[in-house]
Amino acid sequence: MRPLHAIPLAGFALIALVFAVYLWQVGAGGKDISQIPSAMIDKPVPAFALPPIEGRTDGLRTEDLRGKVALVNVWASWCGPCRIEHPILMTLAREGVPVYGINIKDKPADAIRFLDELGNPFARIGADANGRVAIDWGVYGYPETFVVDATGRIRYRHVGPINPGQLDSIIRPILRRVAE
Amino acid sequence: MRRLLALLLILAAAAQMPAFAVEPDEVLADPALEARAREMSKKLRCLVCQNQSIDDSSAPLARDLRILVRERLKAGDSDAEVIAFVVDRYGDFVLLQPPFRPTTWLLWIGPAAILLAGIGGVVVWHRRRRSALAAEPAPLSDDEERRLNALLDEARPK
Repeated sequence: MRPLHAIPLAGFALIALVFAVYLWQVGAGGKDISQIPSAMIDKPVPAFALPPIEGRTDGLRTEDLRGKVALVNVWASWCGPCRIEHPILMTLAREGVPVYGINIKDKPADAIRFLDELGNPFARIGADANGRVAIDWGVYGYPETFVVDATGRIRYRHVGPINPGQLDSIIRPILRRVAE
Repeated sequence: MRRLLALLLILAAAAQMPAFAVEPDEVLADPALEARAREMSKKLRCLVCQNQSIDDSSAPLARDLRILVRERLKAGDSDAEVIAFVVDRYGDFVLLQPPFRPTTWLLWIGPAAILLAGIGGVVVWHRRRRSALAAEPAPLSDDEERRLNALLDEARPK
């Protein structure tokens, strides 16, 4: 084959290789291409101050998230996957990991009933009634969980419920790494 | 004739109903601000549906972002400031048109570059072929001339 003829073929082979790798990642590798990376990684936690859920006295502010590695979980009682992930949060809370909650667009009675029924892993919960604070965090679906380090920087954002496999393969390693 | 009329009526009706998801309670009182809000909304991606703008999408997040855009416009932000506000929180992917930056040069210029390279390749190939065809064949040697004449004599009808 003449050298000139080989050039388009080489170009095609290169592009095909890139596509093949990408397809493998999505297919066999289980990568979810609809998940977008967070724009808030390594940025400080946004300035916010959320009131407590009506009937409680805690609330959640930026200052609460400084001083130790913590998880911030955005949840609602009407969110199915939040319900499914809840036991994982209970496990982490029992192990001593500080877990904070942002309760999004929820009726106070429903949120309280959710916690009564499934347990309360949250050291503090802020009620984000109109979702504005969640937008400041770059949240686009529920649940989402953020890992915040001791200096108050967002280090990781997990989209969707944390399943037991991800707890061990993703969350725990990140908590360890960020604690150093 | 009646079918033509029906077709025209359908087209006229379709032209009156652009698809958008803005609800009456979101619309701003100031028409100029509302127009800016609509324009900007068309450039922002709804992250739930991902291939609709927040102007088109009926997802709750889209509604929240539409309201947010309007609030910031009312607060006096410029168009660039509002877009920057959203991009700071959601990243470049929230823009339906990727920004033109060193990391996206390949994306923007790539297709045109490959097209030009392809056209260039075709032109080069065509020119080589033409010059190859136009080139005078080398004259026949005596031996080849005799063989040619022999073959032609055979082929000539008797």
